[in-house]
Amino acid sequence: MAERLSRKKILSPEKIFMGMTGVFSLSVLLISALVVYELFSASEPTFQKFGLKFLVSKEWDPVQKVYGALPFIWGTFYTSFIALLIALPVSLGIAIFLSELAPAWLRSSVGFLIELLAAIPSLIFGLWGLFVLSPILQQYIEPPLSNLSWLPFFKGYPLGLGFLNAGLLLAVMIIPTISSISRDVMYTVPANQREGGLALGMTRWEVVSKVVVPNSRSGILGAVVLGLGRALGETMAVTMVIGNTPQFSLSLLDPGYTISSAIANQFTEAFDKLQISALIELGLILFVISVIINAFAKLLMLRMNRFSGGARI
Amino acid sequence: MKTDFRYMRRKIFGTMMLGLSILAALAAVSMLFWILGYTFIKGISAVNLDFFTKLPTPVGVPGGGLANSIVGSIIVVGMAALMAIPVGIATAIYLSEYGRGFFASTVRFVSDVLAGVPAIVAGIVAYALVVTRMHRFSAFSGSVSLALLMLPIIIRSSEEIFRTVPDTLREASFALGVPKWKTILSIVLKTASGGLVTGTILAIARVGGEAAPLLFTSFSNSFWNFNPGQPMATLPVDLFNYSISPYQDWQQKAWAAALVLVGMVLILNISARLYLARKGFKRNG
Amino acid sequence: MADKIAVEGLNAWFGKTQALHNINMAVPENSITAIIGPSGCGKSTFIRCINRMHEEIRGAYSNGKIILDGEDVYGSGVDPVLIRRRLGMVFQKPNPFPTMSIKENAVAGIILNKRMSRHEIEETAEKYLRRAALWDEVKDQLNKPGVSLSGGQQQRLCIARALAVEPEVLLADEPASALDPISTAKIEDLFTDLKERYTIVVVTHNMQQAARISDRTAFFLSGRLIEYGTTDKIFTNPSDKRTEDYITGRFG
Repeated sequence: MAERLSRKKILSPEKIFMGMTGVFSLSVLLISALVVYELFSASEPTFQKFGLKFLVSKEWDPVQKVYGALPFIWGTFYTSFIALLIALPVSLGIAIFLSELAPAWLRSSVGFLIELLAAIPSLIFGLWGLFVLSPILQQYIEPPLSNLSWLPFFKGYPLGLGFLNAGLLLAVMIIPTISSISRDVMYTVPANQREGGLALGMTRWEVVSKVVVPNSRSGILGAVVLGLGRALGETMAVTMVIGNTPQFSLSLLDPGYTISSAIANQFTEAFDKLQISALIELGLILFVISVIINAFAKLLMLRMNRFSGGARI
Repeated sequence: MKTDFRYMRRKIFGTMMLGLSILAALAAVSMLFWILGYTFIKGISAVNLDFFTKLPTPVGVPGGGLANSIVGSIIVVGMAALMAIPVGIATAIYLSEYGRGFFASTVRFVSDVLAGVPAIVAGIVAYALVVTRMHRFSAFSGSVSLALLMLPIIIRSSEEIFRTVPDTLREASFALGVPKWKTILSIVLKTASGGLVTGTILAIARVGGEAAPLLFTSFSNSFWNFNPGQPMATLPVDLFNYSISPYQDWQQKAWAAALVLVGMVLILNISARLYLARKGFKRNG
Repeated sequence: MADKIAVEGLNAWFGKTQALHNINMAVPENSITAIIGPSGCGKSTFIRCINRMHEEIRGAYSNGKIILDGEDVYGSGVDPVLIRRRLGMVFQKPNPFPTMSIKENAVAGIILNKRMSRHEIEETAEKYLRRAALWDEVKDQLNKPGVSLSGGQQQRLCIARALAVEPEVLLADEPASALDPISTAKIEDLFTDLKERYTIVVVTHNMQQAARISDRTAFFLSGRLIEYGTTDKIFTNPSDKRTEDYITGRFG
């Protein structure tokens, strides 16, 4: 009566389909390997010529064909550090507001607006930094700061362009990343812990600062690391406001240069093969930094398993 | 009385700190409106019909537009999407429906790390991979760099969407004697389709505004070009070149380009989010 | 009555946890067999083993024999996909496909496997919606989404969907536990009608329901089959003390 239960096929559609999707997954690994290979092989000329000295040399002179990455590496980390210094307290404030204070309707609309800030292309921030922020800094903010020139951070002339401008722009750009991840982590702090704090006679702020924030520590750290990752690689906005001067300076008022802005500015103008190679090696350095940072952030988030999927970059 | 005084101090300090957190949120939101508002005001006065229909004019010659770079952007981003979407969704299917064990978690980890690679690095890779081999800048190489950026975003959002498809639907289909691959294609994919479209549009909006990887891949072009093997103008690259130029007229154009770019990116972004929010609401209610 | 299904020495595991221990029982054709027992006793696992759905869960496996009309469901080379077309299944929570209309849901098992003309779809959908006693309630809204129906209607839609594949056996995993009393009564009536054509195995935690609709009842406890016999016997004169304790409500 019934049809036979078995059917024998070596290549079932089931296996073909699974195999195909598997091959696509494999291609992601191959593409990544290709990325690494291309970066290494294209930066070989400078690597052969300068070796590890490339990382620590301060000189960047296309005319003399001497290339050193240090001012760019410095500029990249310094601008990102300034950005974190500004963005972290503001982002925590936003996260606290969204998770602890805001009524439901404000929570979703303010959250939405701040995430929208993350959707604005980097170029627009650059344009705004160049034409709006820069004159404001030059006229109102930097002159009083330069009166403090006995501090190494405020030496120099008010130009409007430089580390301060770039740091501020980067701060605005990474605030959405840090604040939305921190908010998601703070949400996951169980209500009974907050109630426990309140029952001990803590004020609302004390509950936030002594219960909620400490409980979200590792998530906030993850958010900061991801924000840092974004700031280090950010290109267009920084290129437009950093001042593009390869120098090693602590002063917020000084112009500088970052890895990404050097690549953006010089790549199409580079005639010398060695300069291209040097720029690609700068890119390789940026790649390695961002891989380390993102892998670290990912591992951090894997470790807190309660925290699955809520966080987005 | 003494304890009361201390409690008052704690309370005032707390209220102040919470007030600061409100201020932080307010500051972020006002930054958004400041930047968008300024772009709108500066841009709207420079946007006209010519902007969308004419080619750029040389310096000093008034008029002209960026029609070629608007179309160019659509072509470059479109080709990138054609490369990244099939690979991304197929990979996401594997990860969510079959992916167990070491291989799958490696793919997941690598694609998450790839998601953090700066846009400019994607440009360098496309340069080394395509431009140096073709010996010229090309729209295609620009698309390769954008596809590299899109791929991990699509993998991640799609895998997450597939995981929201309830297992009870897969079970219902298996129990009807439908093979797994057909279940995935006709039940899982269909149920997830809204979310997949949203995720893809968000990815397109995200890379559509990128200039960094295009500067030295698709480069720029003052004329019409529909050949992917040749340099092609794109809106972000033109915006950048115009904005750092010393000419007032070009800076005006930069603001117009900024308005159009922001408009396109935000419309894509907001409509994708609204669509998802509405769908999510329907599913729950 | 001939035996439709014979279970011989069935064991099932979730990872390292054994969920079923050496189950042996025979299910007669054209009857309703109820599986009762406290939650976690393995009754759902048992019927999911019958149509090889158990193995779809990550880390789950089983051994033993399940003989369907003389052929082992777990025999080598047996395709679980084909088995499932002969053993329809209804789940605890109604799960119509959200992307499909009522009509499409009813014939989903067929259209997912082969092409059908529009006319065939209409005809087949009507046939099985009638068989699932849902036709009169939905005939004017066949193109509405399946998920727009009430819970009880959705469950009957799922039954229609299962029947449309023309199975010989209907396995139901607490099909009424998520439904209100009126919908439950409808499902029970439907099962009583359906046993003329099908062999039905129904898992239930509701003893009254088992007593009302089933011909035979099996009592499971901690992954073991404690007692199996006619429903009359189990509910009036059980031979095992634990069965008696359970049906008189002394535990569980």
